[in-house]
Amino acid sequence: MISPWNSADLTFLKPELWLLCSACVILLLDLVSKDQRKAVTHWLSLLSLGIAAILVLAGGVKSPQIVFSGMYVVDQLSGLLKFGSACLVGLVLIYGRQYFIDRSMLTGEVYVLSLFGLLGMFVMTSAFSFLTLYMGLELLSLSLYAMVALRKDDSLAIEASMKYFILGALASGMLLYGMSMLYGATGSLHLSEVSARIAQGQTSRDFLVLGLIFIVAGIAFKLGTVPFHMWVPDVYQGAPTPITMLIGSAPKLAAVAFVIRLLVQGLPAAFVDWQSMLIVLSVASIVVGNVAAIAQQNIKRMLAYSTISHMGFMLLGLIAGDAGGVAASIFYALVYSFTTISGFGILLSLTRTGFESDNLANFKGLVKRSPWLALMMLMVMFSMAGIPAFVGFFAKLSVISAIVSHGFVWLAVLAVAFSLIGAFYYLRVVKVMFFDDSDLDVVDSPFSLKCFVSVNALLLLVAGLIPQPFLSICADAVNLSLLG
Amino acid sequence: MLEHLLSFIIWTPIFFGVLVLAVGRDQRPATAKVISVFGAGLGFLLSLPLYFRFQDLHGGPQFVELLSWIPAFNINYHLGVDGLSMFFVVLNSFITFLVVIAGWEVITSRVSHYHAAFLVMSGLINGAFASQDAMLFYAFFEAMLIPMYLIIGVWGGPRRVYASLKFFLYTLMGSLLLLVSFIWLYKQTGSFDIATFQRFGVRDGLVAGMSLKSQTLLLVAFFFAFAVKVPMFPVHTWLPDAHVEAPTGGSMVLAAITLKLGAYGFLRFALPIVPDAVREYGSIIVVLSLIAIVYVGLIALVQTDMKKLVAYSSISHMGFVTLGTFMYVDGVPTVYGLEGALMQMISHGFVSAAMFFCIGVLYDRMHSRKIADYGGVANRMPIFAAFFLLFSMANCGLPATSGFVGEFLVIMGALKVQFWIAFAAGITLIVGAAYTLWMYKRVVFGAVGSEGVESLVDVNFREFIVLAILAVSVLGMGLLPGLFSAKLHSSVDTLIYQASQYKVGREGGEK
Repeated sequence: MISPWNSADLTFLKPELWLLCSACVILLLDLVSKDQRKAVTHWLSLLSLGIAAILVLAGGVKSPQIVFSGMYVVDQLSGLLKFGSACLVGLVLIYGRQYFIDRSMLTGEVYVLSLFGLLGMFVMTSAFSFLTLYMGLELLSLSLYAMVALRKDDSLAIEASMKYFILGALASGMLLYGMSMLYGATGSLHLSEVSARIAQGQTSRDFLVLGLIFIVAGIAFKLGTVPFHMWVPDVYQGAPTPITMLIGSAPKLAAVAFVIRLLVQGLPAAFVDWQSMLIVLSVASIVVGNVAAIAQQNIKRMLAYSTISHMGFMLLGLIAGDAGGVAASIFYALVYSFTTISGFGILLSLTRTGFESDNLANFKGLVKRSPWLALMMLMVMFSMAGIPAFVGFFAKLSVISAIVSHGFVWLAVLAVAFSLIGAFYYLRVVKVMFFDDSDLDVVDSPFSLKCFVSVNALLLLVAGLIPQPFLSICADAVNLSLLG
Repeated sequence: MLEHLLSFIIWTPIFFGVLVLAVGRDQRPATAKVISVFGAGLGFLLSLPLYFRFQDLHGGPQFVELLSWIPAFNINYHLGVDGLSMFFVVLNSFITFLVVIAGWEVITSRVSHYHAAFLVMSGLINGAFASQDAMLFYAFFEAMLIPMYLIIGVWGGPRRVYASLKFFLYTLMGSLLLLVSFIWLYKQTGSFDIATFQRFGVRDGLVAGMSLKSQTLLLVAFFFAFAVKVPMFPVHTWLPDAHVEAPTGGSMVLAAITLKLGAYGFLRFALPIVPDAVREYGSIIVVLSLIAIVYVGLIALVQTDMKKLVAYSSISHMGFVTLGTFMYVDGVPTVYGLEGALMQMISHGFVSAAMFFCIGVLYDRMHSRKIADYGGVANRMPIFAAFFLLFSMANCGLPATSGFVGEFLVIMGALKVQFWIAFAAGITLIVGAAYTLWMYKRVVFGAVGSEGVESLVDVNFREFIVLAILAVSVLGMGLLPGLFSAKLHSSVDTLIYQASQYKVGREGGEK
């Protein structure tokens, strides 16, 4: 039976408490600050992100600790993903700063909402009951809805925000409905008890599967997998680029954690059922994402469809369902987020005041204007296409090898066939940068931005040459969290 | 030094490539050129001990290096060359050196990028030939697409974008299936080691085999990956486009080296890993090879573009290689066929590089590849005409040139299998002579055809050096084939032993 919580449990919550307090303090400080460039807010936010990341690392545990009456779990898996999300949000703030300043969009809300969003991700990553899962998800989603609408005078942004909000609310509703059915079937909100009750066979299977369908549909909405992907391209295009970057990176890590907690840890007894649902989602995403991306001229929309296909690939690991597959999925999600964020970082380096570099045509002849950034973008694109020597290849290798070991050779063949189509549109970006001529101006992005983007992109190559440490971190985290 | 020789051969060009990229500026192209010529020369010198220190009687991999790379997948940094691969590492380093010299004055835009791309690619190709681990092979095999894509796309002809994309996607299509089959084999054997793959399923009483169905599916994957690279009929259509649009250096490397990777893949993977499937379906590949030899030879006859003509003749010549590889007598590949295939690969490396370089020499002066724009070149460029004649003769397989050795051996092998195969292959000697010499006649002989030809000047010192080195190689290999074949025997024997094994085993052999 679950015991009531005591104050010792709070020690496991240090990163979350720190984030909550610092977000509130930054919110108040920002009210009194007169600085248009928000230097204090910026540095304080980065500092609090850094400290949160350190607290996550310092609070690492060997075996999973279930606290707060079974509502919350702290394990290696949550530590890894929280650390990753904190880094990604930090990068978003660094990359996006110039963009916000140029468009006088730099308000304190950007920082506060980012921090609250990250708090939501932390809660999602560590949640161990339906209630905490849902709470984290909503905290994240509400922050993101508001951030998409930051540009109040832009009709595209408002439309994107409305779509995001309405579809997101619908998905949350579905998720809640599914959760309530599972609660009805098992009589518990705690994932460990749900899993135990189902394993005992005291539940009605029909009820269970019906609830599961709603839960998977809700998850698919949040991940942006086909056929629940309609919002993704519009939101990616409509949102200000740094916000798109935020939506496309860190929340994907939280979403993976969400799926793992809910399906792998909460409903292992229904594995066969959700496995077949995930296969459908994954195949549809890989096919639609890759094919639709070909037709896009707007690079943000292209990256949106590419995200859809990457989410399909990421699900492949979960289809395998064992520890190796879950580790492969987490590795894939981490690689994907860090690749995407460097792609968006380069995109942001090319934007100017009053000039969005959304269009593919704006990459024309980049190699003449800024050879270094062109080389970095080349690495990002080849990493996304999964060409070896870049880490994206090893991400693909690990998920494909996970499903091949479960006999899904046809799925592997299908996945690689569509990644060939994917290669086409990534190559088109390279073609535009390297083969076309352009009359656009020389790029003069801030040096610090260039530095961070370069380190980020070079990491893709370094991690591709020495992937072992990263692979084993993921494998260890999963082994210690799921088995321990 | 010697124990890490292969690593040096792989990473030296890559290091210099990155260096050129780092220090090269468009304002001062000379720096980039000097560094690249030094890097390429050093790479070639480093590769020479492979030949001189090679132990002829040893059939397995030599100069072995073994380090753990990715333990999570049991992928090792496992290098080594045997008789099948050693020559291509040396040949590649040699051709890269020539390519750097060939591009000395011709390339004027983004010089440092051009040389860097070639140096990096050279290292990657060396890596692919030297890999003893399938995933390492795959990584090099794929990664080399990136520099080649850029070389064709940036420095190529008018339709370069189309050609580069077609090249990349065609080759990627084949190799992605290769990836899946490697992963499948890894799941069966627990390792990516090529030797383990080759041993897997051999019927020796301990391990029960590999079913014909699995072998056939693997063969299909291997076939797509390597046939596209060779290229074999009917997946050859990317090659003429890529060649025509690529700069001279790109065509040289493409024809001389990267095509060989496809044939090498057949020898290294298809024959030893799926011997029963090859026995069962090899005859289909023989038929496709014959079609390539005869039909593509006929296509070459009607080309009006010199580069396209040589590109089609490459496909036809590579048909000999695949023919020699897949000719089986009583379930065993022939010695003549395999050695002929290897000799043909080496010879074609010299001859095709030389042919493309000759066309590049003409193109740099006239900016046209149309045969009709030329005529009477011999009157203005006598030295060039002499070299070009030698290479044309080698291209049609004249005895005493390198082209003769391989074709002769393959036809000898074919005679043991089926008279009509030998007959069909022999026809190509006539067709080959027809298209090559006819082109030579129209370009070089006759009266001076146009004002452009009137103003031609003969080869300069740099071009003379490249042509002379290639001429010595072509004649040397034709007159002293033993220098090459002596190193092949042991490895070919090993390969024949592996390919003659049976893997079709009892039920339940696979996990």
